[in-house]
Amino acid sequence: MRQLAPLTVYLDGIGLLGPGIGDWPSGALVLTGASPYVPQPTVLPTPGALPAAERRRTGSIVKLALAVGFEATSRAGVDPATLPSVFCSSGADGQNCHEICEVLASSERQLSPTRFHNSVHNAAAGYWGIATGATPPSSALCAFDASFAAGLLEALVQVVVDRTAVLLIAYDASYPQPLHAKRPIADAFAVALVLAPEARAASSARLTATFTDASTDRIPEPQIEALRSSIPAARCLPLLRRLARRETGCAVIDYLDTQRLAVEVVPC
Amino acid sequence: MSAAAPVARSQTDMTALVLTAFTATSCIGRGRLEMLTKLKEEHTGLARCAFESVDLDTHVGEVSGVDAVRLPDGLREFACRNNRLALLGLGQDGFTEAVAQSVSRWGRRRVGVFIGTSTSGILETELAYRHRDPVSGALPDGFQYRGTHNSFSLAAFVRQLLQLEGPAAVVCSACSSSAKVFGTARRMIAAGLIDAAVVGGVDSLCLTTLYGFHSLQLVSPTPCRPFDVARDGISIGEAAAFALLEPLPASLDADAVMLLGVGESSDAYHMSAPHPEGRGARAAMLQALASADLEPTAIDYINLHGTGTPSNDSAESRAVAAVLGASVPGSSTKGATGHTLGAAGALEAVICALAMQHGFMPGGLNTTQIDPALGIRYLRENRRGRLARVMSNSFGFGGSNCSLVFGQAG
Repeated sequence: MRQLAPLTVYLDGIGLLGPGIGDWPSGALVLTGASPYVPQPTVLPTPGALPAAERRRTGSIVKLALAVGFEATSRAGVDPATLPSVFCSSGADGQNCHEICEVLASSERQLSPTRFHNSVHNAAAGYWGIATGATPPSSALCAFDASFAAGLLEALVQVVVDRTAVLLIAYDASYPQPLHAKRPIADAFAVALVLAPEARAASSARLTATFTDASTDRIPEPQIEALRSSIPAARCLPLLRRLARRETGCAVIDYLDTQRLAVEVVPC
Repeated sequence: MSAAAPVARSQTDMTALVLTAFTATSCIGRGRLEMLTKLKEEHTGLARCAFESVDLDTHVGEVSGVDAVRLPDGLREFACRNNRLALLGLGQDGFTEAVAQSVSRWGRRRVGVFIGTSTSGILETELAYRHRDPVSGALPDGFQYRGTHNSFSLAAFVRQLLQLEGPAAVVCSACSSSAKVFGTARRMIAAGLIDAAVVGGVDSLCLTTLYGFHSLQLVSPTPCRPFDVARDGISIGEAAAFALLEPLPASLDADAVMLLGVGESSDAYHMSAPHPEGRGARAAMLQALASADLEPTAIDYINLHGTGTPSNDSAESRAVAAVLGASVPGSSTKGATGHTLGAAGALEAVICALAMQHGFMPGGLNTTQIDPALGIRYLRENRRGRLARVMSNSFGFGGSNCSLVFGQAG
């Protein structure tokens, strides 16, 4: 068996958006306990970087992904056009999917072309490219509730193997009824991380990931734990909590039924 | 035309991998022998669309007998056309047995599963929406979101069926999906996280893609004619294609097929149209050559993305001419199989492997008059010849591009 290479990277920037959380600094205050967590419906900003024609065509999922992508790259001080990206989501645009299924169940079956091209799982990645001009590779992954960890793993592997900084964007939004009853995702939530192979001035922590049989970390605060468990992208919260508290230690996050992902955090 | 795009990034520690086993099932056959026979006979599997209740004037590449496939007890939650097609495909060519041998070599946790799809089991949801409760609007009780609709259901099904416990993900970047899985698996092996990977793609007919491509006016009423002067759109197909990727053993059979290079890029241009000069396609092809450490002249044949839409074939021909030159023989096999969307990358990888092992270049079917504006050497008929290195292109909505380079050992 071959030697397992350490999956070690440096974290250069974070973007965050979710119910009652407007950005990473406000999320960090909640995760350190400095501010109380007040759950409120997620507020989605308008993606100003997109040309007007594209902006009109985007749904909530694209607004969500682009907002955290711009926040993370801005905090890292990197040009988003230069970064390969990994997008991961359990279900992409649920509202759009619902509307397509309604039309296809009707007698007319007249789909709008925009609705169709927005239905692809990599729609957010496509709009990100148009908004930023980023031509490096972009991956779009799905792993149901393991989507955040699967995306993180893909991003870590790209950083370590290709020796390049990578932007990870994990995002999920609710389905409307009747799909919501079958797949209850509570609200919109997204997180973005800029990960790099070497430490820079912007680096805030060193991360090393390994597979583990240990069980997933829960969040001690019940309302934040409810957030973690009710949106796949929010499975990142044990990791973000350690980062917010600038604690050295290990965060165990949900991955597959057979194993979890342990991420060792060392602030720098 | 602008200068060739710079190579996006270096790829270190990337040694070649061997396709220990590979198989494909499409409208031209179940498994390699049937596929090879139809390719050699220059036989198209496209036929007038009689799928489900679809009322479009189009041709499709439907795999016969999918609905009759029974999933094993214990995996019934995965019951949908896409996973039935996956099971049909996995049952061919001793693929499942080859994976079991790989598990005995490396262990269950050291074999990853990376599969591409664009629509997974969405057909189940489309059908369920016809049977909503008239009062509450609820979907039928038996509807299984996780096992059918969710994109990951495909990888979860394959992983459970093959009893694998390594890392897994579905790559879901439209029509580049099952080309990009080769890149994901290669990086995971290079990082030492796994020793082997089951890669592939499965996409199945559904109303979303048939009516969706129709709404974009990208579906041809006739069997698709890639690179024809009168080409007028795609024919949608379905397929299941798989490969088992492993490190090179100490000695290789002369006809063993290797994955030599992977190149990926983004157009950053438009959601559903390629960059007109094939900017992203060019970058992906250059990166694939760089990662294989090959000169453009080393490529003996290119299996084109060649969808048969005016814009794809125009943009792709510019990219191919810029990177490989105008004399490399190329063809699109979508005239035989249809455009199998998220399965196209893996299906055409298997076709490339068959072409190398059997010494022929498959001609592009249905094309009668090659568009003179597309200045590359497009093959309309099969040609014999030894192929040492071949390239395969896959491009998807959202400007997602992937090129693969395969080679033969001997």
